[in-house]
Amino acid sequence: MSKNSPTPGQEDELQLTSTLKRAVTRSLPLWISSLQPAELLPTVILWAVATVVTGALLWLLSDVFWHGTGQISWEFLTTSPSNAGRDGGIAPIVVSTSLIVGVCMAVSVPLGLGTAVLLAEFASNSSGLGQLVRLSLDVLAGVPSIVFGLFGNAFFCKTLGLGFSILSGGLTLACMVLPILIRSTQEGFRAVPEDYRRCAAALGISRTAILWELLLPAAMPGVTVGLLLGLGRALSETAALIFTSGYVDRMPESLFDSGRALSIHIYDLAMNVSGGEPHAYATALVLVGFLVLINGTTSWLAERFRQSKIFVL
Amino acid sequence: MALLAAAIVLLIILFLVWETLPILQSIGLARFFNDSSWHPTSEEFNLLPMLWGTLLVTVGAVLIATPLGIASAIFCHYYAPRAIANLYRRLVELLAGIPSVVYGFWGLVVLVPIIGRIRPPGASLLAGILILTLMILPTITLVADASLTSVPPEYLRGCAAMGLGRWATVHGVVLPAASSGLLTGVILGTGRAIGETMAVLMVCGNVVQTPKNVFEPVRTLTANIALEMAYATGHHRAALFVSGLVLMVIVFVLVIAAELLNRGRIYV
Repeated sequence: MSKNSPTPGQEDELQLTSTLKRAVTRSLPLWISSLQPAELLPTVILWAVATVVTGALLWLLSDVFWHGTGQISWEFLTTSPSNAGRDGGIAPIVVSTSLIVGVCMAVSVPLGLGTAVLLAEFASNSSGLGQLVRLSLDVLAGVPSIVFGLFGNAFFCKTLGLGFSILSGGLTLACMVLPILIRSTQEGFRAVPEDYRRCAAALGISRTAILWELLLPAAMPGVTVGLLLGLGRALSETAALIFTSGYVDRMPESLFDSGRALSIHIYDLAMNVSGGEPHAYATALVLVGFLVLINGTTSWLAERFRQSKIFVL
Repeated sequence: MALLAAAIVLLIILFLVWETLPILQSIGLARFFNDSSWHPTSEEFNLLPMLWGTLLVTVGAVLIATPLGIASAIFCHYYAPRAIANLYRRLVELLAGIPSVVYGFWGLVVLVPIIGRIRPPGASLLAGILILTLMILPTITLVADASLTSVPPEYLRGCAAMGLGRWATVHGVVLPAASSGLLTGVILGTGRAIGETMAVLMVCGNVVQTPKNVFEPVRTLTANIALEMAYATGHHRAALFVSGLVLMVIVFVLVIAAELLNRGRIYV
């Protein structure tokens, strides 16, 4: 669901729309008409909805924040869990999570990037191939994570014989984040002005060189946004990991060891361990902290990406 | 390389079918709806209570989240001052990125006790609906927001020229113009609600039954897989893959519907 980055012509239109909207919201006759009952009632309702939604969302965030901050310390981040997670910390879980996400990104980034380049630069979107791939991506993006879990369990754990391991979990997640990666990377390539390609072609530069020297650097912001979005999705996933990377909360020794992800730790503490709530809150805060950091960077980058018409190489 | 995505989809379907084939051959599809109950260890495989669970939770959440989400998007675009609209949008984006397990955890420790005070046991259909509402609200809001952005500015100019009020503009012109985009958002939200596992698993109580009111616990298809996969073998395991296949089919239908609706205008 990435936003379209506007072409120069659209940009003017967008500018016009927002100016217009401001004019509409400030004009005097509308102000007066907004006091009529037919206008007043929707206004009140919409403000009420916004207040309720904001209230609910802030309630959730502040609850996690208040209960979590009391528990978090350097020690919590650097020691192993003991007593089923009621005591100790989350060090091995952070390590397992990073390994799972690392495997996922290491596999999905090259594959996603390659597919996106091919789709954006070498295949037209209306061709049969383009259509098929787009539909597959839509389906893939919509498949419930638990179904990915089933698939991962049947394919990576059983058929390929990887068992419950960090590798199985990472590979399952790679299938999940692929659509996100491909989408945003494609956006990035689309946003590179057509002139760049024509100029380069006019100079007689080979297609490979154009790709490496010109398009890839220019599309970098889009690629980065996709990367971060994928990272966020991988980090927050739980259901797909339960039957692929497993529950074991020891420090993993290799990629073939089972490892517990942060989100599974939260689930386990909340559901299966009585008295695990304080540490579940703390783990949730750590996870949310990571995600806020990633999402913040993403939207900051995306904003810069939209604003800059000429890319910094 | 480009066919990779298609290959993965195929592979997923292949493996789901492969794992379910033995049970479909020996038992047949009908027994998943006709058996007296869900006792997979004694070969009774009635999926209907779980299907009802999924259906009720999803429909409830979509019914509540749709008006709220669309109202939120309209609020951002046409009612809120710019600063508030930006803040509100940031908040919704932030919420779209919060993991489902955190929603579930919050629901478990905050929402379930509150509902339990009104009517025990607390972990119920209602809790599931409320948590899912909160989860799909950002999806619906963000897609609605994008489709409101794409309403042609001439329409707004026309409305302003005719001196239409704000609600008259929104209700009479903007909403019909953006309707296909709004519907896409709802479909995407529905897909997310159907596939959601962790949050629902944590707040719904997971009793296999067809609920008679919103305060009774339910178990959804997804929760059923998550709960029983760990120890399932043989036909039991295959039965869980059947529920996975059912979910996959539902999502497939939704994606095609969304595709037909907007022909890819939202994403591409």
